[in-house]
Amino acid sequence: MPAPAVPDAASATSVLPTHAAPPALEARLLRRAFGPRRAVDGVSVALAAGECLALFGPNGAGKSTLLRLLGGLLRPTAGEVRVAGRRVDDDPAVRAGVGLLSHQSLLYAALTARENVAFAARLHGVPDPDRAALAALDRLRVADRADTPVRRLSRGLQQRVSAARAVVHTPRVLLLDEPYTGLDAAGAEALTETLTALAAGGAALVLVTHHLDEGLALATQVAVLHRGRLAFHQPRAAVDPETFAPRYRDLVTDRGAA
Amino acid sequence: MTAPGVTAPGVLATAWLVARKDLTIEFRTRSAFLAAVTFALLAVVIFRFSWDPTAVNALDLAPGVLWTIFVFSGLLGLHRSFGVEQADRAVDALLAAPVSREAVFLGKALANLGFVTAVQCVTVPAVALFYDLPARGGLLPALLGVAVLAAVGLVAVGTLFSAMTVNTRLAELLLPMLALPFFVPIVTPAALATARLLAGRPLAEVAPMLRLLGSFDLVFLVACTLAFPFTLEE
Repeated sequence: MPAPAVPDAASATSVLPTHAAPPALEARLLRRAFGPRRAVDGVSVALAAGECLALFGPNGAGKSTLLRLLGGLLRPTAGEVRVAGRRVDDDPAVRAGVGLLSHQSLLYAALTARENVAFAARLHGVPDPDRAALAALDRLRVADRADTPVRRLSRGLQQRVSAARAVVHTPRVLLLDEPYTGLDAAGAEALTETLTALAAGGAALVLVTHHLDEGLALATQVAVLHRGRLAFHQPRAAVDPETFAPRYRDLVTDRGAA
Repeated sequence: MTAPGVTAPGVLATAWLVARKDLTIEFRTRSAFLAAVTFALLAVVIFRFSWDPTAVNALDLAPGVLWTIFVFSGLLGLHRSFGVEQADRAVDALLAAPVSREAVFLGKALANLGFVTAVQCVTVPAVALFYDLPARGGLLPALLGVAVLAAVGLVAVGTLFSAMTVNTRLAELLLPMLALPFFVPIVTPAALATARLLAGRPLAEVAPMLRLLGSFDLVFLVACTLAFPFTLEE
């Protein structure tokens, strides 16, 4: 797969990359308003298979709303989201290839780790859901707690179970909202290995995080969302980690956005 | 998109998965069931001790008591229905799955129907015992039949309003305020049918109420299923 062309200016909101095949994930001029407030305003991104977009931004920038729009959890006020060329809000089946991992566990506390992951596997039509659940838990190094109710697990272990739930169906698009929350070093390593393997297998990742190092380590594209708009969007290769941190601070404190 | 041969479950299969998950959670925690049954039994006892048998006949009072208890004990479970999904935002994973919102609604309603029916199975014998209701053959199953038929409409409306109010600050207050007016067309024929059954009237006299109940069940089930996806937008 050739490297996609990525907009190289702060005006990236209106420029779309071109791909021969439909991008794994594409948002066109996406807008979502809550009353008079535009949480997401004219955002366009495109990710080819195997790409990872690291999305940074201050609190309230619209990152989580954008992720919910990309996952089909929210309907956009304007614009559209396509997964492998199909509109995500047209048919629930389009969401079959989408996974979601959040800083909230998205788990049922009364169910065991295995039951939670197997429930997600069944909803995604995964054959032999119990075995798939155990394999996913094993991948996140939490299989030894498979039959423990989630409410009895520590926050970090819950996050590992949540990650297993998000990847049990081997998604082609994975949406990650602060996925390292609560994870210890071993858990973070297991998650990074899993994400790297998924990307190597052709999954497109969108990683929302406040931690620049964490995001830049996985990214092939880097973007900054500020007040609902993409204030910065560059290929990772064009981003110098040394100079990006002060640039990011400028962007989100409005000094560089003017 | 997905691996070859992998297909997401259909509407009925999804509804069953969601219902089974909800009932498993309720079976493990028993929080809503115990609260509803305790409320129902306490209400039966309170109504019993505030009743003057010389002033009002038991057969005249029992239908009202029964349906008051059904409605309010049912609301306890209905309120919890979406509370389970909101606790750790599990609802987000459910909505991100490749299943229709309508199927999720039917699953939640099916679980609520199981919950309300279980509460009714405890309440009907309790009312029969405390009000010394006639022990005619087939009366108890007939009463339960009416109760379950009415429960379909009640849970359809209650599940929808539970989804609508769960994110609000006054959910416990808003759910009954919104749902109770819609319960009236279901509770009225159900209470009338219950009264006639208790009075030993023939089934032919009860049939029009059952038909009315069935019609409202159908209308509420279809309308609430279609309206449900819109309640999920923030």
